[in-house]
Amino acid sequence: MKSAFNRSVLIGSAILAVIFLIGLAAPYLGTRDPGQIDPISRNKRPGAVRILTSADGRQVSTTYWMGTDSLGRDVYSRVLYGARVSLLVGISVALISMAAGLAIGLLAGYLRWLDGFVMRIMDGLMAVPAILLAIALVSLSTAGLRAVILAIVIPEVPRVVRLVRSVVLSIREEPYVEAATALGARTVPLIVRHVLPNALAPLIVQATYVCASAIVIEAILSFLGVGIPPQTPTWGNIMAEGRALFRVFPHNILFPGIFLAATVLAVNIMGDGLRDSLDPRLRNRL
Amino acid sequence: MLGYIVRRILATIPVVTVVAILVFLLLRLTTGDPAAIIAGDSATTQQVAEIRVKLGLERPLVEQFVIWVGRMVRGDFGESYFFKKTVAELIRDRLEPTAALAVCTILLAVVLAVPLGVLAAARRGTWVDRVVMGLSVLGFSVPVFVIGYALIYLFAVELAWLPVQGYQRLAEGFWGFLERLILPSSTLAVIYVALIARITRASVLEVLGADHVRTARAKGLGNTTVLLRHVLRNAAVPIVTVIGLGVALLIGGVVVTESVYGIPGLGRLTVDAVLARDYPTVQAVILLFSVVYVMINLLVDLTYTFLDPRIRY
Repeated sequence: MKSAFNRSVLIGSAILAVIFLIGLAAPYLGTRDPGQIDPISRNKRPGAVRILTSADGRQVSTTYWMGTDSLGRDVYSRVLYGARVSLLVGISVALISMAAGLAIGLLAGYLRWLDGFVMRIMDGLMAVPAILLAIALVSLSTAGLRAVILAIVIPEVPRVVRLVRSVVLSIREEPYVEAATALGARTVPLIVRHVLPNALAPLIVQATYVCASAIVIEAILSFLGVGIPPQTPTWGNIMAEGRALFRVFPHNILFPGIFLAATVLAVNIMGDGLRDSLDPRLRNRL
Repeated sequence: MLGYIVRRILATIPVVTVVAILVFLLLRLTTGDPAAIIAGDSATTQQVAEIRVKLGLERPLVEQFVIWVGRMVRGDFGESYFFKKTVAELIRDRLEPTAALAVCTILLAVVLAVPLGVLAAARRGTWVDRVVMGLSVLGFSVPVFVIGYALIYLFAVELAWLPVQGYQRLAEGFWGFLERLILPSSTLAVIYVALIARITRASVLEVLGADHVRTARAKGLGNTTVLLRHVLRNAAVPIVTVIGLGVALLIGGVVVTESVYGIPGLGRLTVDAVLARDYPTVQAVILLFSVVYVMINLLVDLTYTFLDPRIRY
């Protein structure tokens, strides 16, 4: 195994670290309250400066680095705070679907009587295009962070289950697993000791792709207006609110779009790098 | 081979059944009375009662499912109380834009992606390869609505070459129809091109190392002939597979693209129906899209037997 820290992994994780820090430090980066509506500074172009003279004659100047939206909210602040939701959704969906997929996949791969039943359900779930399934699931409950995360996890789980199951199926035939069974190893410790470590490398790679896809789906849900409501800024819903005046004020779509694309790109680059270094056999596959 | 075809067709039955159960349960999983939810906020008590009888809501769940499936199979998708039409009518109205967009996109994507993938493989390790692969990662990462707005801004607002939004039916003139499809299909094609180009490259690279390719070169055949006749043909199965699997991405993309470009198709209908909590329409559209997806992949699997006569199941 080559070092996991090849160039792609470094570049991808560096970009992600920057975005992560931006999200974390959003309150200290010259932002204002991202929800603050300001009717006199609606639709300001990026870089616009507003100077207000207060009652005692002092001048207060505000620069809108990324302009303002049609309610006068500062796009710069909203975009920076938006990083939080994207990363939170991406990471939680990746972790939850890995955990669920691992559990289901190990069971399905190991217990033959469960396999057929579980895999039919997974096939069925995979037959519904992910975005469509997420949209439908999110419509079942009141939109919010938890509902969105759950709605994205469900379409992602079958892909993880399939991966884990295929690893289990190939490993259970290995002589050392047979030997362990012959020596009287019980199922659960056997899985944990012998099967799990083999599933780890492809699983980590898969987790990055799930994370990237979760960030995109969250943005799409928010953009379509079925995801996280605009009180919490997300890159998707900032863009959704910029739709109406897009031709005149493209900045509402431009800035969150750049951040969104950069984040997803960073996760994908990191995933490709991890795949190349953790599992060279996968290099020429998708 | 006939045995394989029959088995492959039979294998779709459990998948479609599970999808049907999922879609059916979708409405039952919501809290509240399904009949009241279907009828919507403005319904009268009598309407709700009628729907309850029609759906057989007093009967056991399994029986309800059988009734529901029976209606779906007959093409009775219920009634949309939000759009004041039957769901079947709604779908019929919205089918053309979506079909046109999907077909255009697939054609565009295949025409662009396969040559790009072959080129990248043939020039492996050169800057051509790196550019194609770099663009493919980029195309995979930039979300479809971001691409959509970027294209609209560049080609419709700044350059004013193409209309910004909207759709024109084919019956109202071919040029107007095509003109309004160029930007949406290009938008939607990006991720598909990225996917197909990657697989084409990987698949061609694998075949390039095979003995018969060395033989073909040794015979003195030109590079192009070798690539087209001896490599691409043998590399076709994974490429066709991914075109089929990519339809899932395409359907997801259709939903978004139609919203960006204001195209009155099935994708737009899905979003509108979800926003209006119009569940009969949501159920029908999801079922329809999923069945189409399963069928396309069935067809793809069946074409293997023609593409690669070595495959015997």
